[in-house]
Formats: sequence, C-alpha cells, structure tokens
Amino acid sequence: METNIPISLKAEPILHIGTFAITNTLLLTWGVLVFFLVVGLFLRNKWHVIPGKLQMVFELITEEVLKLMESVMGERPKAERYFPLVATIFLFILFSNWIGLFPFLGSIGIYEHHGGGSVFVPFFRSPASDLNFTLALAIVSVVMTNILAVRSLGFFHHMKKFFNFSNPIHFFVGILEFISEFAKIVSFSFRLFGNVFAGEVLLLIVGFLVPYFIPMPFIFLEIFVGFIQSFIFAMLTVVFIATATASHDAPREHDAVRHIA
Amino acid sequence: MDLESIRLLATAFTIAIGIIAPAIAIGKIGTNASEAIGRNPEAAPKVQTAMILAIAFAEALGIYALVIALIIKFT
Repeated sequence: METNIPISLKAEPILHIGTFAITNTLLLTWGVLVFFLVVGLFLRNKWHVIPGKLQMVFELITEEVLKLMESVMGERPKAERYFPLVATIFLFILFSNWIGLFPFLGSIGIYEHHGGGSVFVPFFRSPASDLNFTLALAIVSVVMTNILAVRSLGFFHHMKKFFNFSNPIHFFVGILEFISEFAKIVSFSFRLFGNVFAGEVLLLIVGFLVPYFIPMPFIFLEIFVGFIQSFIFAMLTVVFIATATASHDAPREHDAVRHIA
Repeated sequence: MDLESIRLLATAFTIAIGIIAPAIAIGKIGTNASEAIGRNPEAAPKVQTAMILAIAFAEALGIYALVIALIIKFT
C-alpha cells in the first residue's frame, strides 16, 4: 500500500522493564484503574444520604444493573450476590472503551525508526484493541462462572455436568459442555477485541478520507458500540452464571416438560 | 499472481463471504423482535434484552470473519 496508515494488530511496546514490555494499551488500562480508584475513594469519603451528582450517577447505574440482573436471574438476593463481579466487568469495559475514544488521545506519540522507515507509535490506545486485555477478562469471567457454580452447587454436582457416565447421551453432552467452556472464552475475547479494533480502524480510515466533520457520526457510533459491547459482555456473564448456578436437574423443568407433553 | 495480491483477494473474500450469514441472522432477529414487540408492547424490555443477546451471538460470527481478515491483511 502506498498510503502509510499506521494499523498494527498487536499493541506496541513503549518501554521495557527487564523483559516485561509496557505497551500502550497497558498504559491506558492503568489509566482506567487509577480513574476508578480515585472515583471510588472520592465517593467513599463524600458519601451522603442525600446523594450528590456523582453519587447519583453511580446509584443510577447500580440500580439499573441490579434490575436487569434480577430480570435474568429471577430473584433479588441472587442478583445482589453476583452484582460486584458483573458490575466491575461492565464498568471496566465501558470506561476503557470510552477513554480509548477520546479525540487527540491517539495522536500523542513518537516516531520510532525501524530499519528503513519510521513508524508512528501512539502512547495511548484503546485497551480492548489488544487481545491480551479481552482474553484476560474472558478467562476471569468463565473461571469465575465455574467457581461460583461450584460454590452454589458443590464440586461433585458441578463436575457431573462435564463427566457423566450414567448413559451415553449424558456422556456426549458432557463433552460438548466441556468444549463449550473453551468456546465461551474464544467468543468472549474475539467479540470484544474485534468490535473495538474494527472501530479503531474505522475511525482511522474515515479520518484519513475526510478529516473534518464526517468522522463525527462515526465517533457517536463507536460510543454506542463501546456501550453495547460492555453491556453484552456483562449480560452474557450474567446469563452464564444464572445457568451454571441453577441446579440443572431441578424438578421444575420436568414439570414444565410434562405440561407441554 | 504474487503473494501480495492473493493476500488482498483473500482478505476481501473472507470479509465479504463471512458477513453474509450474520447479516441474514441479524435481519431475521430484528424482524421477529419488532414483530413480537408490535404484538405485545408491554414485553418490550424483555424482548429487547433477548434480541440484543441473540444479535451479539450472531454478530460474533461476523467478527470472527473480520478478525481473520485483519490477520490475513496485517501479518
């Protein structure tokens, strides 16, 4: 290609501490963490019964997420028990997507000289456009789902879902369940990574084609996509937790089947 | 044809063919969801949640094609 659009699939390292490379996505991830730390400490110190504006926003988010979780899980206590994990995933992905969208943030950087030409390396890049970030979140989500299932059903009851020798059909269903745990990790991570990375590329290319005004609606689109993707990530976690912690040979299901039959 | 042009063609065909099925799926999901909301407007929030989840599953396939296309293009 003649035009030199700086798209790189993997995050660029900025500096090295020993053999550990600090990439530009990692820097912005730390930025999000610091942001949450500051907001959390601030809210804890300024907690009032009559909420201020910031407290109001977070109470609204809490209330909405709880309501949504209740509608999926069916009962309030269960929703409250799994709320911290789900809300953390939701807010963390949401803010890392939105911080990565800030205009001008991607244009702070340096030119690095590799052999022939010089390559532009931005200091900050949307965290989810790095597969490491999304893969880590996906593994946390799936492993936590299994741990929570073990905690609410018991170890052997949960393992019976994967290793069941009572009859051939259950045995093969168990194998499928086992594979689907890994498929979950792949689909979680690639969905978020693909959406955010595609958004970055889209914004970059639109900016190259028409620098003024036209990229505006695309930035709105990306704000929407960033919200939807974090929502979907959290929502799928809720659904998987809800199905994993529900006892799968509950009498209710048999009743329902009998009613239909 | 040299390797570079084969790579370009492969990128184009991956994304072009790979996006067909998710597009049809998302169209069907949207049609049925709006039909359901039209018949029973009170159930709109529940239908919307289910719709967005179903769209996410369908869209993931398109995203796989996109990721593969990007890998072919940039590595």
